[in-house]
Amino acid sequence: MRRAAWTAGTVALLLALDLVLPGTLNPYHMQILMLCGINVMLAVSLNLINGFTGQFSIGHAGFMAIGGYGSAMFSLHVGRGWVAALAAGGVPAPIAQGAALLTALALGGLLAAGAGYLVGLPSLRLRGDYLAIVTLGFGEIIRVVIQNVDAVGGARGLPGIPGWADFFWVGLGVAGVLAVSRNLAHSTHGRALFAIREDEVAAEALGVNITAYKVLAFVIGAFFAGVAGGLFAHYLSYLNPNSFTFIKSIEVIAMVVLGGLGSVSGSVLAAVILTLLPEVLRPVKEYRMVIYSLMIIVLMITRPQGLLGTRELSLRRLLGRFRPARETA
Amino acid sequence: MSEFFQQLVNGVTWGSVYALIALGYTMVYGILRLINFAHGDVYMLGAFFAFFAARWLGVARSPTPAGALLVLLISMAGCGVVGYVIERFAYKPVRKSPRLSALITAIGVSLLLENGGILVFGPDPKFFPQVIPASNIPLGGGVTISNQQVIILLVSVALMLGLTFVVLHTRVGKAMRAVSHSHTAAALMGISVDRIITFTFVLGSTLAAAAGVLVALQNPKIEPLMGIMPGLKAFVAAVLGGIGNIPGAVVGGLVMGLAEVMVVAYLSPTYRDAIAFVLLIVILLVRPAGILGRYAAEKV
Amino acid sequence: MTPQDRLRLGLAGTALLALLALGCGGAAEPELVVGEYGSLTGNDATFGQSTKNGVELAFDDLVAGKQGRIGGLKVRIVVEDDQGKAEEAATVVQKLVNQDRVVAVLGEVASSRSLAGGPICQQAGVPMISPSSTNPRVTQVGDYVFRMCFLDDFQGWVMAKFVAENLKLKRVAMFKDVKNDYSVGLAQYFTNAFGAMGGRVIAEQAYQSGETDFRAQLTALKAANPQAIIVPGYYTEAGLIARQARELGIKVPLVGGDGWESEQLLQIGGDALNGTYYSNHWALDFPDPKLQDFLKKYRAKYGSDPDAIGGLAFDAANVLFAALEKLAADDARTFAGLSSKFAGKPERAAATKRLRDLIAATANYGGVTGTITLDANRDASKPAVVIAVKDGKKVYETTIHPEGRPAS
Repeated sequence: MRRAAWTAGTVALLLALDLVLPGTLNPYHMQILMLCGINVMLAVSLNLINGFTGQFSIGHAGFMAIGGYGSAMFSLHVGRGWVAALAAGGVPAPIAQGAALLTALALGGLLAAGAGYLVGLPSLRLRGDYLAIVTLGFGEIIRVVIQNVDAVGGARGLPGIPGWADFFWVGLGVAGVLAVSRNLAHSTHGRALFAIREDEVAAEALGVNITAYKVLAFVIGAFFAGVAGGLFAHYLSYLNPNSFTFIKSIEVIAMVVLGGLGSVSGSVLAAVILTLLPEVLRPVKEYRMVIYSLMIIVLMITRPQGLLGTRELSLRRLLGRFRPARETA
Repeated sequence: MSEFFQQLVNGVTWGSVYALIALGYTMVYGILRLINFAHGDVYMLGAFFAFFAARWLGVARSPTPAGALLVLLISMAGCGVVGYVIERFAYKPVRKSPRLSALITAIGVSLLLENGGILVFGPDPKFFPQVIPASNIPLGGGVTISNQQVIILLVSVALMLGLTFVVLHTRVGKAMRAVSHSHTAAALMGISVDRIITFTFVLGSTLAAAAGVLVALQNPKIEPLMGIMPGLKAFVAAVLGGIGNIPGAVVGGLVMGLAEVMVVAYLSPTYRDAIAFVLLIVILLVRPAGILGRYAAEKV
Repeated sequence: MTPQDRLRLGLAGTALLALLALGCGGAAEPELVVGEYGSLTGNDATFGQSTKNGVELAFDDLVAGKQGRIGGLKVRIVVEDDQGKAEEAATVVQKLVNQDRVVAVLGEVASSRSLAGGPICQQAGVPMISPSSTNPRVTQVGDYVFRMCFLDDFQGWVMAKFVAENLKLKRVAMFKDVKNDYSVGLAQYFTNAFGAMGGRVIAEQAYQSGETDFRAQLTALKAANPQAIIVPGYYTEAGLIARQARELGIKVPLVGGDGWESEQLLQIGGDALNGTYYSNHWALDFPDPKLQDFLKKYRAKYGSDPDAIGGLAFDAANVLFAALEKLAADDARTFAGLSSKFAGKPERAAATKRLRDLIAATANYGGVTGTITLDANRDASKPAVVIAVKDGKKVYETTIHPEGRPAS
């Protein structure tokens, strides 16, 4: 019951914001907001793998690419036809587009999840840096393959993707990944993941099926990265393989570590900060990236455990401060 | 057939480039357990230091072997200082922190060197002076190798032997091995852990500089982002050979180089990187600790 | 205050500062704001810097000649960096259009980033002039997108014609950069055109920009024994490719496109480049007074020779300035809508529409990269020159005109 209320509330809030925001924010701020949302999805989903489970993946851009290209190809070849058919049948355009987009995103997410399953398997045999290199290699393989397949545009990129993803859909994606992360963290399965992170051998001795759980973390993380990639594609209307180099994976890792490994709200916060920072630094021109990298170093030195460590920012605790005052009034 | 032998030569010489960069990577990793992402960028700095030294000393115009050696030494010294500064101000403060924080710091340093390089040197590629003039050595049957390629190959093997000697047969090496086993135990034995780490780091940076100079000599185009891809591939090579293992770095580098060249020659040139990585994954699945790495049993 | 409180306060402060920095803007004196976007950092930084230099020189001329004013309004150029990424290009164009409220946008070099920025300008009704994106799809985005250079399909045909008719060769090898949309496109158009002329591409190899060792690919190409090797990439690799090809004993000509044009090409390639050819927008030894004047100023200011990208950016900025001047002279009332006072108002939309029409009408404009006439597709129609490298120098070889080319 409470869950249904939460879901309905979130959807209503997003719809309301979707109507209000484009009128109040200019498209530039809107775009930064959307990129923030997509980066939040990437960071939170990687946090499931790197933060919750303690695996070391640097291939997140690969999952994002699979989801982005998969969903874009679906929309270009099938989704557009659906929208036209539905519109001919009298269905309002936003609903028809929403249905097509949802299918495309689900497909992109599932493709990425399948890849996540394949990449998760070696994690049974490989540890730490060796696993990192395998995931990195996987990401590069994906990019090189996309670059060489003419059907998806190759190096020239894929233009003309329908721009169906608006604020509502990105917001829904963010809400989805947050809900899954939060519920997972509080469930038996989440505890199992934490146990693997803290001590694999001890977890196994306690009867945790580490094989299944490691792969599970990869599958869920990859799924949401794929959805984020799909939103990215349907928002920008253009994809290029050079957007998915290992540097993109590293950016996402920086968000997770900066926020605090394992902290969901930390990942959100760091993703927002690291997306805004380069924009805020625009006035300094050529010095922008130098200052950006310096700030990463300084942040890591002053807060090596990340902004929030493993703690969470809690709305309840924040509200709790005001509550006694309200009761007496 | 001569094409095959030429490709073999190409593969070995290209692999020796990876080996040269991987040596510095693997040594720092062996002691610090830190993937020093900035290693490729120190390699870039090495090339640029040599570029300016050669112009300043006039070696660019009238190359002599002594001048070339001097340029190499200046560049190595410069990068040693840079390595010291990086270690002191970026890595030392995060040494007690979780390993991933150190990794992100390393990524930050790498970005800083790249973007700083664009700012200071300009983004356009520069021509690296031929401080050792190139000449071709025919190996018979139409197969050729250049003198610069021979130098790279010899230097990487010599460095491998030299480093192995230092690590296995000197007091500093003994201390390095102790530190790599356990910082605490090494400190209890009276070893100054900080000094050993700094030494390792400076040594690693001078190795990167040497690699930068030698590779720039062979492929004379240098630019601020030149370290990214070779750095990444060399790291992969180091892991392939068994990271932390000095002969492993050379073996890994040669395997990578040969694999890439053979893929280009006989499979598909457009999938060069993809197939190199597939090979890597297959090898790691068969030998999870790399070709020469020893699999450490988990302590309970 | 606990440490957590301090942290939260700090974060809130940072967020506030961020919002402030994003939100402020707007100047007191009415201005004429022009936007430019390019890759000032990242892998393609040289292209962004060259573009910036070209636009800067055009602006310097404006300052010297007219105190930097057009129609009484002070011209200001806002330059933004897109780090060579398509998604950043979309963001900065949004910023230029919606935050800085520019009247027109100059950029980008790479077609992938022009394709990301173009639709935004089109939708906002702001004219965009790409100095040097050669992919045909760039101007197909809409009627507000223009370009100053010829297209890849034309250039592919030019190279094919030169190889088939001037060099009289039939069997060539192709060595393209698969990471680069420009190179892949040019290779395709060359292969098609060359096939139609009775030639054949007998071997194909590929590299990725940023690589420095091409010996494996070149050894494989050598085995196929071609009469020439086509290298439709950028100068950043072409010099090294030439060097390593000669080292491996490949003596046939190498043929490239306008991506080869740079001062660095000769420095890096050295004598190995002798006997190579490339098609280009201009030849620096051409005795055109406008070109020579530009070269003199460029060398004085930046201490090096410009590449074609810089020249095209110079022309793009000047074509825009000319259209603005004409609007100010013809219809001062509409022109006033371009003032920063009218940002976001209906007057502005009417004015940018007129500006678009005037840019589209550009005909026989004498630029440093040749005479520019914009055709019905908003593409510059102009001849290409072929440059030969002889004795370590770039020499004008021939001019190839668009006439006589079969309709594609």
